[in-house]
Amino acid sequence: MSSSRSTVRQLGTAVRALVVLTLVLGIGYPLAITGIGQLALNNRADGQPLILDGTAVGSAIIGQSFTDADGAAFPEWFQSRPSAAGNGYDGGASSGSNLGPENRDLVTAIEERRAAVAELEGVDPATVPADALTASASGLDPHISPAYAQLQVARVAAERGLEEGDVEALVEERTQGPDLGYLGEPTVNVVELNMALAQLDT
Amino acid sequence: MTQAAAFLPLLTVVVVLALLHRPLGDYMARTFTGTKDLRMERGFYRVLGVVPASLQSWRSYLTAVLSFSVVGVLLVYVLQRTQAVLPYSLGLPAVPEGLAFNTAVSFVTNTNWQSYSPEVTLGYAVQMAALAVQNFVSAAVGLAVAIAFVRGLAARRNAALGNFWVDLTRSLWRILLPGAVIAALVLLAGGVIQNFAGFTTVTTLTGAGQTLPGGPVASQEAIKLLGTNGGGFFNANSAHPFENPSPWTSVFQVILMLAIPFSLPRTFGTMIGQRRQGYAILGAMSAIFLLSTTAATLAELAGNGTAPQAAGAAMEGKEQRFGVVGSTLFGSASTLTSTGAVNSMHDSSTAIGGMLPMINMMLGEVAPGGVGSGLYGMLILAVVTVFISGLLVGRTPEYLGKKIGAREIKLASLYILTMPTLVLAGTALSFAVPALRTDIDSTSILNPGLHGLSEVLYAFTSAANNNGSAFAGLTANTPWLNTALGVVMLLGRFLPMVFVLALAGSFAIQDRVPATAGTVPTDRIQSVTLLVGVTVVVTALTFFPVLALGPLAEGTL
Repeated sequence: MSSSRSTVRQLGTAVRALVVLTLVLGIGYPLAITGIGQLALNNRADGQPLILDGTAVGSAIIGQSFTDADGAAFPEWFQSRPSAAGNGYDGGASSGSNLGPENRDLVTAIEERRAAVAELEGVDPATVPADALTASASGLDPHISPAYAQLQVARVAAERGLEEGDVEALVEERTQGPDLGYLGEPTVNVVELNMALAQLDT
Repeated sequence: MTQAAAFLPLLTVVVVLALLHRPLGDYMARTFTGTKDLRMERGFYRVLGVVPASLQSWRSYLTAVLSFSVVGVLLVYVLQRTQAVLPYSLGLPAVPEGLAFNTAVSFVTNTNWQSYSPEVTLGYAVQMAALAVQNFVSAAVGLAVAIAFVRGLAARRNAALGNFWVDLTRSLWRILLPGAVIAALVLLAGGVIQNFAGFTTVTTLTGAGQTLPGGPVASQEAIKLLGTNGGGFFNANSAHPFENPSPWTSVFQVILMLAIPFSLPRTFGTMIGQRRQGYAILGAMSAIFLLSTTAATLAELAGNGTAPQAAGAAMEGKEQRFGVVGSTLFGSASTLTSTGAVNSMHDSSTAIGGMLPMINMMLGEVAPGGVGSGLYGMLILAVVTVFISGLLVGRTPEYLGKKIGAREIKLASLYILTMPTLVLAGTALSFAVPALRTDIDSTSILNPGLHGLSEVLYAFTSAANNNGSAFAGLTANTPWLNTALGVVMLLGRFLPMVFVLALAGSFAIQDRVPATAGTVPTDRIQSVTLLVGVTVVVTALTFFPVLALGPLAEGTL
């Protein structure tokens, strides 16, 4: 058989193979996984929606912004990390800042955030933890460090007229250690914590 | 976290792989040496018009690989260009020509470089029918070529390397699809989403609006990692909570990336009937893997650089749940394989912490490398190492009883030279041609100064090695970068495959000469050390000057 005829034959085989594979791997496989997910694990497959008074107010694993449109903190809520997703926590535009370690804009932003957090919480700027000063990789990080959550307890309690001890207890309930005790970092889920505050109101 | 505790996640990964690589490696060896076809495979062969027992020479095998890949590029291109009329496209328009070319090449070459932001570019039809399919088949092609190369080494005066269509079929039906189904179910249980909801808008706790994405993510995530592909369903890739919700899912994803590449040395040892040779390859891969991952973790924990020091830790571009350690483990595994998925933004890493992923790729992605490509890459380095040690001691170089003559060493050298040529030429052209440089400076580069050079260098390194990760501040959706990176991905994938299959052909027709007192052994500690040395030195000499201009200068000035 000549090599050009062989090449044509192989191209025909390739076309037939890709048609079948597209049907099986591109349509059959994801549909089968969707079926199993929706039947057996539908809360997870749907992104763990958070329901308050019967309406969805977000997802338990996607962070939210607790600031006004200009980025000024609403003092009655625990604050999330800075976000580079759209105008902040835009679930349609996940992104990090991608600013490099020597980027002057990033250094300036970190210094300004440190001053702003210290002023909002009325604490020494040196005590503000790194996660409060840096944008996450996704821009949708639902978590902050326990240290940053603790820093915000007094302000949130004062703004809401709650006992500090009660707010402290809410934070501790939602402080998660690393998985299996050693994978990852300890976290506090800000969205769930603020959801608990909202439920106190209702 | 204490310094020692920082290495427990790495230790976990090592233990799991130590337990997994033998059964999985043996299973893959059986898969490719067995003579029985499954019923569903026989049906598939009939549709294809393939006689599974007919064997191919290296040229015929290569023609099949290239035919399959050309048709793949065309299909992915056409699906993107017709997106507007496909169902479940979320109202998104056709992908523009340049970007569609770049993306088609990117997914067929197992690179998964993404010049685009998926949320605003691709609907579910293209993600599933174009990209997820290539996530499977591009990995299967890599695996097939690696197996063909091993057959060439194992053969005695027999030009046949197997049948590409059979190797493709068995890779898919017996390894990648079952593996992906299991992985997808585990990821689902871990909270990775799987739905067809599109974008929904909710009113948040503060009364503002928030858009939340949906999508068949778990099914795609599973093969994205198992096939060392790396293309994210979302822009933030494995940093997105819907792709990677927790620290344990992240470690699971690391294991998925490494599972097949670290098991292939066992497959190789079993297929050539000398398991010690497999362990030697595994040893060299493991040594580099452990050294590089440890170095990256220490560099990021040290947190050097103006911004990390101002913040108190290198947490810019990292998720709180993963922290520094969970991010460096993932980034190292992703760039030591050909995956290129990220759970942190490498552009924001410290200078040295960002250089190590680049070096991982510059090593040629051999520790353990992509599915298939890692094994054949390391075996080529083993051939070069034997040649060098043969020269040093004045013995005839041979590897596994195959003589390394002029033709063989030429092919191995061409393989080694391809990737650095593409990386350095692409980077150099981007800065040397005035019109391109203006475009790179004004449009593409995000971070000014030395870091900007690193962004471009990282892009070409990633493309030439079919990795796909990025210093993502770089805007790559420009005519120059879409085209140049597309061409580099194509050449970086298929030129080495040409050389590998040609070399396999030339080994296959040789007899295996028995080892004598004059044979340099390749399964001792010394030979493993030498292999690691050659791997590192080849890279160091090639890339040190350009690294000195970028990350090394940034980290030390």
